[in-house]
Amino acid sequence: MKFLKFLGSRLVTYVFTILVGMTIVFFIPRFMPSDPVESMLGQMMSKSSSMDPASVDAMRQTLNENFGLNGSLGEQYIGYMGRVIFTRDFGPSLTMYPVPVKDLIATSLPWTIGLLGISTVISWIIGNAIGLLAGIKKDKVYSKVLEGISICIYPIPYYIFALTLIMLFAYIIPIFPLSANFNVSGFSWENLKTIVWNSILPALSLILTGTGWWVISMMSLSRNTNEEDFVSFARIKGLKERRVISGYILPNTILPQITMLALQMGTIFNGALITEILFNYPGIGSLIYRGVLQADYNLIMGTITISIFAVATATLVVDLIYPFIDPRVRYN
Amino acid sequence: MKYWNFRLRLGLSILFFFLIIGFIFPLFHSGNVTEWNSYPSDLLPSSEHFLGTNSIGQDIFWLLCSSIRNSFLIGLFVAILATMIGVLLGLNAGLKGGAVDRVVMLIADTFIVIPSLPILILLGSLTKGSASLFLVGGVLVVFNWPWPARQVRSMCLTLRERDYISTARFSGESTFGILVKEIFPFVKDWSLGNFINTILVAIASESSLAVIGMSSNSNATLGTMIYWANQHQAMLAEKWLWIGAPVVSICLIFIGLFLFMTGQQQYSALRRGK
Repeated sequence: MKFLKFLGSRLVTYVFTILVGMTIVFFIPRFMPSDPVESMLGQMMSKSSSMDPASVDAMRQTLNENFGLNGSLGEQYIGYMGRVIFTRDFGPSLTMYPVPVKDLIATSLPWTIGLLGISTVISWIIGNAIGLLAGIKKDKVYSKVLEGISICIYPIPYYIFALTLIMLFAYIIPIFPLSANFNVSGFSWENLKTIVWNSILPALSLILTGTGWWVISMMSLSRNTNEEDFVSFARIKGLKERRVISGYILPNTILPQITMLALQMGTIFNGALITEILFNYPGIGSLIYRGVLQADYNLIMGTITISIFAVATATLVVDLIYPFIDPRVRYN
Repeated sequence: MKYWNFRLRLGLSILFFFLIIGFIFPLFHSGNVTEWNSYPSDLLPSSEHFLGTNSIGQDIFWLLCSSIRNSFLIGLFVAILATMIGVLLGLNAGLKGGAVDRVVMLIADTFIVIPSLPILILLGSLTKGSASLFLVGGVLVVFNWPWPARQVRSMCLTLRERDYISTARFSGESTFGILVKEIFPFVKDWSLGNFINTILVAIASESSLAVIGMSSNSNATLGTMIYWANQHQAMLAEKWLWIGAPVVSICLIFIGLFLFMTGQQQYSALRRGK
């Protein structure tokens, strides 16, 4: 029963999040002081002067339709939501006409999921392992050193790491390529090597920033748990230190860290976007950026809606792992 | 002062240093720091230009001072509004419970999940990198109030059941009185910590946005400074002062803010009720 209630509340939040996110994406262009469609048309006409009025009109019509700007606000809203939810159709890309935005997203999304997934898992595991040890052995010198390092690393934003790594390993010591090159197709070991080699710097900057936070939070959690009576009792009972850590301290400290991972998903995703843009990594972040640079509004709207959807789904997945680890939610 | 711990002292010293650079130093400089070609370009540091000038003829030192000030202003603006809204809504939800609680928490959870950067990028792209800092700040407030709201609510939920609250209620204290006199003192210290953290988050978000040119490019903030340096290939041209000065400042300011926040939490945990 308890589990069903838990599942229900998570699902309600999930659906609500996506609806609110899409509503924001729908309303922002409407609150702009200038009409985005007109300003886009102006921009296009300034680029190529040889456009006849009829085709401008046709384009205005398409743009209005793509933005869902026909009819009353209510009709527009329902039309837009229906189109996106039921057909996942964001219209064609304006600069790479007639490639649908959907296809562009489909090619970039795996890149982002790969980079983000791997670096998040690595930093979560490394950070929690270090934090656990440093929190239990809090009087050791290395704990203090690790704490100091993570305090210096955690508050620094993603893009600083990205820039610093580029500065260090692409300009000063040119080991890695200046801007990533992922022009590979098909699967072969050679291609895989290229991909991994080019992904090391972006992944490293994501891992470094992520780890700091997990170390700090795990350290304070395990330090507090370590002082609890039941842990002291387990030690007095003569249990091995390994057993005390794995059976008594770890289960009680890992739960808040999973909740935290779910809460941090949005922040981590923001970091990944910036990292992708700075490293020219071919994921959703770079796609959004390309849309912005080329004023491709269909692409921007599509990628942003997908981002919200992806982050909400990832959060839901992490949340649903919770009952498998916490028996209090599972049984009862 | 006597009971201040090491982190609090170090953090406050760093912040104090940058607050002086940001808010006092610009008083000694007249003229527009962001104007291009005010000085000969690419000068080395000298007594006239402490950090030299950049390739677009701006004095790096004075530009840095104004950037630090503007970044701090954004941080303060967002932190004040977000903390106030969050704490008030959180207290309300925690104390009243029921439908109010559920609605506020549903909205808060939603905004925690939605990634803020894509929305800010959408905004930036519609205004073509000339969004006012005010607008960027406003959006950041929308995305930052849920954290204090959630935390304050859960603190409120446990406090609500304590005996002394019932005593106060039976003694005829009003709900507002209980909030202010009995609950707020407990929430106060945490809110200060959250306030500092929100300054950090706001400066970080604005500068991330600025680094990719989606914030307010014509204003001097630490992020836009990095943006212009990147735009003019400062790294390739080995103009380390131009790109290094804002990067180092951001790192130090953030470490200062974070040390202040954790130091203040340790301090208040040890000295609660004194």
